[in-house]
Amino acid sequence: MHARSGGQTPGAASPGDADHSVSPPQAGPQYETQPETQYKRVFEPDEIRRALTRIAHEILERTNGAGDILLLGIPTRGAPLAQRLATRAGEFEGRAIPWGSLDVTMYRDDLRLRPARALGKTELPPEGIDGRTVVIVDDVLYSGRTVRAALDALTDLGRPRAVQLAVLVDRGHRELPIRADYVGKNLPTSQREQVRVLLSEIDGEDAVLLGQGPESPESPGRTGALA
Amino acid sequence: MNRHLIAAADLSRDEALLILDTAEELARVSDRPIKKLPTLRGRTVVNLFFEDSTRTRISFEAAAKRLSADVINFSAKGSSVAKGESLKDTALTLEAMGADAVVIRHMAAGAPHRLAGWIQGHVVNAGDGMHEHPTQALLDAFTIRRRLRGTPSGGLDGLRVTLVGDVLHSRVARSNIALLNTLGAEVTVVAPPTLLPLAVDGWPCEVSYDLDAVLPKTDVIMMLRVQQERMNAAYFPSVREYSRRYGLDVARMAALPEHAIVMHPGPMNRGVEIAAEVADSSRSTIVEQVANGVSVRMAVLYLLLGGTDE
Repeated sequence: MHARSGGQTPGAASPGDADHSVSPPQAGPQYETQPETQYKRVFEPDEIRRALTRIAHEILERTNGAGDILLLGIPTRGAPLAQRLATRAGEFEGRAIPWGSLDVTMYRDDLRLRPARALGKTELPPEGIDGRTVVIVDDVLYSGRTVRAALDALTDLGRPRAVQLAVLVDRGHRELPIRADYVGKNLPTSQREQVRVLLSEIDGEDAVLLGQGPESPESPGRTGALA
Repeated sequence: MNRHLIAAADLSRDEALLILDTAEELARVSDRPIKKLPTLRGRTVVNLFFEDSTRTRISFEAAAKRLSADVINFSAKGSSVAKGESLKDTALTLEAMGADAVVIRHMAAGAPHRLAGWIQGHVVNAGDGMHEHPTQALLDAFTIRRRLRGTPSGGLDGLRVTLVGDVLHSRVARSNIALLNTLGAEVTVVAPPTLLPLAVDGWPCEVSYDLDAVLPKTDVIMMLRVQQERMNAAYFPSVREYSRRYGLDVARMAALPEHAIVMHPGPMNRGVEIAAEVADSSRSTIVEQVANGVSVRMAVLYLLLGGTDE
């Protein structure tokens, strides 16, 4: 049921978790609280801005002007990315592009591996998702399990005309047959490494960090109070 | 804390807020075309009810089913309990059937606590004697927060909540006083002296015998049911007199501040503790409380059963 790809140490950070294992916003950037892990910046604020601008153009191009699209970000960091993409695409087209957020926690396949976790926000525009082209937006694409959960969650919310996927960073190591339609940066990594995306809305600055340290202890957010 | 939900008094402020915030997200599931989440697929929840209940049992059943858990309903009537089987033997039977969680209502205070010592699964108290009914307090707090706080987040700091009526026999009152206090509300209980417990002085609340004096300083008024079935002595001279002094009628409702809401845990005795016009008014949250109960119980079941068992 929770089979994983081989080669992983039991108890290590599993790819499915790593995408969203970040704590809720706290004082100071995330990486300061984990001194044992050395991070280096692989993506500067200007590069993030340019990548999002390019993705916004690509979305408009691929969807013929984005007449029926809806951008849905996966909390925590997918949501501000969806908003930025919607704002940018809206500026190019001169009209508002709808966006929202889609929490996938209740659809994850690794819930039983960790204490119960707090839920993120799901906010859909009032017109819903039926018949629209939904672009799922996330910060890091890794195992693909989060996206799998998002596809299941969408099924329960309605019937989109098509679903596409936009990510800021694709770090490889897929465990499911899933690929992104729009990628900000392909970042070759080993499974021992950690990728952290910082966004100014949540972390106070924009950056993508690559951790070279020992295998990560999970940084549990606000979880497990009752478990 | 622990793996069970036995008492509202056990919850820290953070734990209570986690339940309320989780319920806030899960409440949206009720507005969707598909009112179901796959989260507890393959898990079994047993509703073990030794006492009559309509809304609590149905509410737990709906909550478990919306999370895709399998539900087994057990009521003492018509079961081996009627033949004299003990609570422990009943519990072990349920354990052998693979219950991941047991929701228990029992006439004896402490029954859920005993049960938690006997079985591996999680225990949720759905009302034990005159002790506690924690999910009722959680859904009441959830309802208050939704109605009186602009954004439904954070605690209930500074809100003035008045509980009126049969505090002595009421597990709802005990759970509510504990939880409301944890969440920062100021609680006042109003009741005839005969319907207050002896130890009420030690509770984290004010005590008053004069409802009319308290009304203007109340944001939330919670009317408790007159529990005829637990009353084996004369606690007040007549129902009519009780209703005159402690019932919430239209005139008293008018004395409340304009924003104040009227709550009742149900089932209501219309015309005794609450007038029909009040129960049906727009200030009454009684129907909302039932809907919110499902969301809050979903949150409790998810937080107990949704993660790892270690």
